Amino acid sequence: MITKVVMPKLSDAMETGKVIKWIKHEGDSIKGGDIIAEIETDKANVEIEAFGAGVLRKVVVDEGGEVPVGDLIAVIAEPAENIDPVLAAAPKAPAAPAPAVTAAPPDPAKPAAVPSASAPGAVPSTETYKSAPETGKVVPMTPESGRPQPAPAAAAPAAAPTGPRLVASAPAGAPAAGARVKASPLAKKIAAQSGVDLAGLHGSGPGGRIVRRDVEDALAAGPAPAGAAAPAARAAAPARAPFVVPARTDAEYEDVPLTAMRATIAKRMPLSKGPVPHFYVTSEVAMDRAGELRAELNALDGSPKVSVNDLVIRACALALMRHPGVNASLQGQAVRMHHRAHIGLAVALDAGLITPVLRDCDVKPLVQIAAEARDLADRARAGKLRASELSGATFTISNLGMLDVEEFSAIINPPEGAILAVGSMLEKAVVVDGALAVGRRMKMTISCDHRVMDGAMGARFLQDVKRLLEEPLRLLV
Amino acid sequence: MAAAQKFDVVVVGTGPGGYVAAIRAAQLGLSVATVEDDRPGGVCLNWGCIPTKALLRNAEVVGLVSRAEEYGITVKEWKADYAHAVQRSRKVADRMAKGVEFLFRKNKIALFPGRGALKAKHVVEVAGKDGVQALEAARAVILATGSEPKSLPGVAIDEKTVISSNGAVRNESRPATLIVIGAGAVGMEFADVYAAYGTQVTVLEALPRVLPVEDEESSALIARLFGRRGITIRTAVRVKSVTSGAGGVTVDVEAEGKTETLRAEQVLMAVGRAARVKDVGLEALGVAMERGFVTVGPTGETSVKGIYAIGDMAGRQLLAHKAMAEGVVAAEAIAGHTPRPVDYGNVPSCTYCRPQVASVGLSESAAKGNGREISVGKFPFTANGKAVALGETDGFLKVIADKRTGEILGVHIVGPEATELIHEFAVGRTLEATLEELIHTIHAHPTLSEAALEATLAALGQAIHI
Repeated sequence: MITKVVMPKLSDAMETGKVIKWIKHEGDSIKGGDIIAEIETDKANVEIEAFGAGVLRKVVVDEGGEVPVGDLIAVIAEPAENIDPVLAAAPKAPAAPAPAVTAAPPDPAKPAAVPSASAPGAVPSTETYKSAPETGKVVPMTPESGRPQPAPAAAAPAAAPTGPRLVASAPAGAPAAGARVKASPLAKKIAAQSGVDLAGLHGSGPGGRIVRRDVEDALAAGPAPAGAAAPAARAAAPARAPFVVPARTDAEYEDVPLTAMRATIAKRMPLSKGPVPHFYVTSEVAMDRAGELRAELNALDGSPKVSVNDLVIRACALALMRHPGVNASLQGQAVRMHHRAHIGLAVALDAGLITPVLRDCDVKPLVQIAAEARDLADRARAGKLRASELSGATFTISNLGMLDVEEFSAIINPPEGAILAVGSMLEKAVVVDGALAVGRRMKMTISCDHRVMDGAMGARFLQDVKRLLEEPLRLLV
Repeated sequence: MAAAQKFDVVVVGTGPGGYVAAIRAAQLGLSVATVEDDRPGGVCLNWGCIPTKALLRNAEVVGLVSRAEEYGITVKEWKADYAHAVQRSRKVADRMAKGVEFLFRKNKIALFPGRGALKAKHVVEVAGKDGVQALEAARAVILATGSEPKSLPGVAIDEKTVISSNGAVRNESRPATLIVIGAGAVGMEFADVYAAYGTQVTVLEALPRVLPVEDEESSALIARLFGRRGITIRTAVRVKSVTSGAGGVTVDVEAEGKTETLRAEQVLMAVGRAARVKDVGLEALGVAMERGFVTVGPTGETSVKGIYAIGDMAGRQLLAHKAMAEGVVAAEAIAGHTPRPVDYGNVPSCTYCRPQVASVGLSESAAKGNGREISVGKFPFTANGKAVALGETDGFLKVIADKRTGEILGVHIVGPEATELIHEFAVGRTLEATLEELIHTIHAHPTLSEAALEATLAALGQAIHI
């Protein structure tokens, strides 16, 4: 079987990608799931996996080459298979050898190969690099309150083809004030389905019309939370670095061009903090027992080291299962209640931050969470995340504990409904049974999307997280 | 050599890309010189799009007369004169080329006959009948030298027994038997013309289907309809050699592992076109190239500032209308405007054989390829009143949309006036209309365009007339 490897679309905004490195080379045998190359997108370096088995017969795009999404970059096939037609049909395939390929003529009235993924006849990407399937029920919003109905019984199809026609002129995602937003029908529809408020967008179309691209840019993959943090608050703070103030320079200031990542963050943050009405709930957790449990776990031989953040991830995952209203996102006229806890972990990088996703935290034991979170964070810093690891979070945790932050609040990463900001675990004077004592305390602040949930719901969730951390044996069952 | 004449913009080549760029630049107040070694209008007006459409119209009339009985008209004695058809096509081309000359005069665009080549970044040298003339471009040079027919390795096109579209469009005689190599638009259009006049035509295609850039369903239907008209279609065939000899041409082919020899009076080579980039002065100035085409940015500017390349020589779709769109963008950019870049994903593709084939956007398999859920609506012309009244019911109109958003991903038409019908969808896609907007647009009855409405309704599961 011939498998075409195409430049994957790793985010809606991605138009081109660059091959940084071929891990496999022409002639190497490949099995499904092998990492074959590293790709650089506007935000991150990711590894791509092979979907088919065989031999890497042809590398079409060399290292350093940048091509549009959907373009053929390599061909995997059996050693004897004829891959010429695939190469001939590929947009930028090198000239096919010999007189074998006689036609596919790019003649004056018709192109043989169209170097654009969205043009007719373009090579279909047989492989897909989509985020994890979001299976689940859609909970319709009640018109009066705009709140999700409690019973997620009847699944209402979002837009069944035979269902009632949507009124095209409905100002989906229009500002509450009722001001007319100039947007294309498609832009309106995508905005409504993904919870983007058109009022907050800048229109790039004629006369400032908001077009599909503007909405997709707003939705572009990437991290949103304000707080950046490594998921693992690594043991004790290392020896302090010397404190040096740099010498004064001649220039009064310096303009540093935005990196692609910084530009994306700059574009995305106002799309959250602007249109999403945030509210914040803070709680202080007694971490004495959690700290003891962690010390005991880490004293065991052979098991991965568990960080405070790993405990928080596990606690959040369990609490999210009890509070699907917090594990939720606004999807146009519905609130999507997620039945999986896919938790995004904000990881600080030199150039910005990124939130790899730790999937299915609700069913993973603590040690697995610890191992996977560490691996994700390490690979995030090394720029070696895979595409599938960058999207699909249902909730995000941002931990600035290792930076001596007592508490902070984070910006929600749309379309998620909430984000938890975790501060340092500090020794404090506390009152226990009427007497002063020394206790370990940690503050957590959850930022919630008020369109999706209310204060009490966020508070009850936080109460459960607090309880789980204060009765930490629950994290082990 | 006369002293260099100065202009704001010098355009080399006056095909559809070049002449449109020249006119647009002139409209924006720039002084423009054009250089052309043939007649204004390029291949498109003189040797391609326009004369072939005239020939295809003749083929259509021949087709209608031969089925006149269907309409209750008895034609006792009639003769289809191929030489006359070619003469008519020459007149049509001549008239259109004159039109370009008129537009140049109207817009005060200077035309320098001769071959143009870059001598320096802003200097074009024209080698004409009366000597060499240097033209200096104060703002930019736009290269629009187009493309020419390719052949297979080792096969020479002599325009006698092995001909290209250049020969086919000029020859006033037609062979009794013809092998067309390449089933793209050019190959299929000439197959249609020659077959209509009685030539026994065989079409060979290396890929598994005819019109390989079109949707699979369009390819399949056209292959069937051509077959029904007596045209032999052979796909997945490799041409091993082409040998001219006494009394015709021998073509050795390999199909399904077996070799065989085909013979015909002539072979029409329709295996594609190559950019005309030789002797234009690109190498000396270090203009970047990629796989035989000039590399350009979103406004058509090449790797050398102030030098633009548009049309076929700049790659992507080798289509006149794409070249025109690039010409406008380049001219506006040079005049200091910020034009909207050409949307290469929304360039209609048209083949003028009978029935016509047209498409825009993704094929069905490409649309599915992204793991996207799609809805497909298809409407046959047999259920369209106007098509039945015309007696042209072969074909269908297929709309492919994103199931979730109703975005129109691709449209494929085989049928009467398909090349006109496609634009409803091209406009819709530009405006980012979804299926909803189209179905709320009233389509006049009876028209072929109702098929567009019905196919769109079908994509929503709401077709009325089927």
